[in-house]
Amino acid sequence: MSVLEFCRWVQYSAPLVAMRQSPWLFPVIATIHLMGLSLIGGAVLVVDLRLLGLGLHRQPVAGLAHDAERWLLRGLVVTMSTGILLFMCFATKYYYLTFFWVKMAALLLVIAFTLSVHRRVAMANEADVSPVLCKLVALVSLSLWTIVAVGGRYIGFP
Amino acid sequence: MDLFRFFEWLGNTSWSIALHESRYVFLLVLMIHVLTLSVFVGTATMIDLRLLGKTMTRVPVSQVVTRLLPWSEAGFLVMVVTGTLLFYAAPVARYENVFFRLKMAALLIAVINVWVFRRTIYRRVGDWDLDPVPPRRVRMVGALSLILLAIIITAGRMMAYQDYWFG
Repeated sequence: MSVLEFCRWVQYSAPLVAMRQSPWLFPVIATIHLMGLSLIGGAVLVVDLRLLGLGLHRQPVAGLAHDAERWLLRGLVVTMSTGILLFMCFATKYYYLTFFWVKMAALLLVIAFTLSVHRRVAMANEADVSPVLCKLVALVSLSLWTIVAVGGRYIGFP
Repeated sequence: MDLFRFFEWLGNTSWSIALHESRYVFLLVLMIHVLTLSVFVGTATMIDLRLLGKTMTRVPVSQVVTRLLPWSEAGFLVMVVTGTLLFYAAPVARYENVFFRLKMAALLIAVINVWVFRRTIYRRVGDWDLDPVPPRRVRMVGALSLILLAIIITAGRMMAYQDYWFG
């Protein structure tokens, strides 16, 4: 089964056809998706602003990163579960949108980056990490998240 | 002159028509408006969660407020500017949109909530600054703020569906 066939199969499966019958289910799921986006935005900004020397500049990065991570993961659970539902509603539309694949690639990249390099730098002893590296890591993180968000808005346009 | 007539006039000004009919500028403004949610609501949510004692419990509340609120306010400013442009692009349609009115009402209450908080309970922040879980009245402010932000997001998203649902 090709990816396109899979998208077609998902979109026209009985539960999804039934879901699209409802005029308000898609907007409600999209709303929850946006709330998840806000949560991710807050959790990411607390840590990345701090890495840039802004925001809570008098707090150790490790403590903030530890506290924010739990809310970042919650935000990811909310956006990814609602995102999968939104995708399934119109899977074949998204299949043909380059920006959808760009968003997915950036999302995978930013999750991998956040859980590896970003996490190690943020949780490390501050004396052992150069400020330049901290800023670089924050900028990479913010750039990737911006691509994910812009891609998300773009694929929703009519 | 009543509001409806004023908005009707506003919607017929050439800049309003230009914005309404420009596909790309309008969508760009809309994109900035939606994505700034992550800054405005994002940082506000982190402050509210601190007021609820749900995150950064070892950081003094006053530090969370003074260092993160400016970011939330900056995001809010972008929201107001882009939001005003989106309103200007179709004044009568927005004015007649029930979700728009709900959103404005929730927004007004949210602003009053922050304003009252800063002028009352927050004046004595020294008494509970280091509390991992702040006093009940403080937690109420955080909870109310989160509920209002959720209503603002919901009403904002639903604005696009009024004609589809009730048209």
